[in-house]
Amino acid sequence: MDNMKILVVDDEPDMQTLFQQRFRKEIKEGIAEFAFAHSGEGALQYLQLHHHEAVLILSDINMPGMSGLELLQHIKQKYATPPPVVMMITAYGDSENYNTAMRLGADDFLTKPIDFHLLKEKLKLQVNG
Amino acid sequence: MPGELILAFFLVRYFRKSVPETSPLKKWDKLLLQAMYVIAVLALLDLVVFKNNVIDWIAHFILLGSIGIAYLHPDFRFFRNTIIAVLPFAIVSFLTDVIGLIDTPFFRRIDNYLDIILFCTIAWMIAMFIIVNKQRKALEKERQKREIEEEQHRFIAARRAELETMVAARTSQLLEQKEELEHALHELRETQVQLIQKEKMASLGELTAGIAHEIQNPLNFVNNFSEVNKELLEEMDHEIAKGNLDEVKEIIKDIKENEIKISQHGKRADAIVKGMLQHSRLSSGKKEPTDINALADEYLRLSYHGLRAKDKSFNATFKTDFDGSIKEIEVIGQDIGRVLLNLINNAFYSVNEKKKAKDQLQEGEKYEPTVYVATKKMERKIQICVRDNGNGISQKVLDKIYQPFFTTKPAGQGTGLGLSLSYEILKAHGGELRVETREGEFAEFIMELPFT
Repeated sequence: MDNMKILVVDDEPDMQTLFQQRFRKEIKEGIAEFAFAHSGEGALQYLQLHHHEAVLILSDINMPGMSGLELLQHIKQKYATPPPVVMMITAYGDSENYNTAMRLGADDFLTKPIDFHLLKEKLKLQVNG
Repeated sequence: MPGELILAFFLVRYFRKSVPETSPLKKWDKLLLQAMYVIAVLALLDLVVFKNNVIDWIAHFILLGSIGIAYLHPDFRFFRNTIIAVLPFAIVSFLTDVIGLIDTPFFRRIDNYLDIILFCTIAWMIAMFIIVNKQRKALEKERQKREIEEEQHRFIAARRAELETMVAARTSQLLEQKEELEHALHELRETQVQLIQKEKMASLGELTAGIAHEIQNPLNFVNNFSEVNKELLEEMDHEIAKGNLDEVKEIIKDIKENEIKISQHGKRADAIVKGMLQHSRLSSGKKEPTDINALADEYLRLSYHGLRAKDKSFNATFKTDFDGSIKEIEVIGQDIGRVLLNLINNAFYSVNEKKKAKDQLQEGEKYEPTVYVATKKMERKIQICVRDNGNGISQKVLDKIYQPFFTTKPAGQGTGLGLSLSYEILKAHGGELRVETREGEFAEFIMELPFT
């Protein structure tokens, strides 16, 4: 597995701690590198600064201000080549949210609570595939 | 001489005629009629047949007799004046004849005087008659007047009785109406209590999705962190086996931190459930020290997530600016929570409506729906502001916003009780609720609560 840069976008600050602990081994082994943004706007700012880096984005949908879906739309429009992988994570796993995310070009759709084993599998697939 | 007979005749006739219908003299009627016939027959005899003194004497006796009876009998009291009028003539006339019988020369000598006296008595009689008649007429008039007055009295009494019945009827009607109104008022009060409770439950219903989300989130953290700790403990086992103490220490630090997170999120879920239970209960009406900033934050989140869950297209930014110097304040927490919920829900509703309208018009300008909740400590009072950059409130609507059942929301969407209840709640806390707005630009509701 190459070094993978993952941007996690969630308005819950504890999400950062959780990811850091869950991917503790991966971080330590240098397989994965994490960056965090607490809003859609923050994520766009980060991408502007690091747009050249290969990035995998995990975004929450329900956030105050710019929603995850809006962020997804922005990313897919602005960064067409190479398109970053964007996975949506939401507590509201209804079909409307799912369909909108897919229409806007989301690469995957996960519901909270996050199943980290499943997420790890998916991330491996993204990197290797 | 038939004068006495004529006089007696008319006297008897007069008695008979002037007797009132109801008088006890009515029983004399027949007798008087018979007396009239007798007198008439005697007068006729005197004129036509006998032409002698016998009838004269009978006439005297009839006249005097009838005068005597009339004078003595109590039934004829009413005619006493008439009798006094006639009496001198009857006596003098009788005496004249008596003297004429006793001594003729003496009679001749005083005949002239007797004629004069007789004439006088006739004059007396006429004068008396006139006076009596006058008196009678006056009496009659008086009697008629009294009768009219009595009639009037009777009429007035009848009217009064009629009025009294009317008043009584009206009074009972009014009493009935009063009772009906009191009953209606009582029912209204009960309905009001029910409505308040319903409104509370309705807002709770709106909150359900938000609450579910707010509970799910900390629960996810609790589950995730506890799983992480399980992994960390396993890892720690390995590291201990390897004798890598530095790593072990590192892991222990992480586990401790995670434990704190687990406990924090557990408490957060606990507080939300408690707040929800409190919200659904009838107000205890007891003031308790309450952290206003925490209350505002909690309801802001509940409102946001509630609306978010209900309407997928809904999205808004919320900003907070809490004054950390505000300590706990004595309020009825669930009441103030309701006010906050109402104001914040309204704010989100307003910005969402504005956004929907803008999206439809597809205007180029960017609109960022924002709700801003701030607290501020002031002298002897605190301020809680809920501001939105939504549609604002027009002057026409502004006059009615605190009226119960007034709502600008489509039918079935608003109870119209939110602001009126909020206003009442603040008044009950000795505080106030104000609004500042510009139509199309913003609305800011300012709650002021006094503290000691």
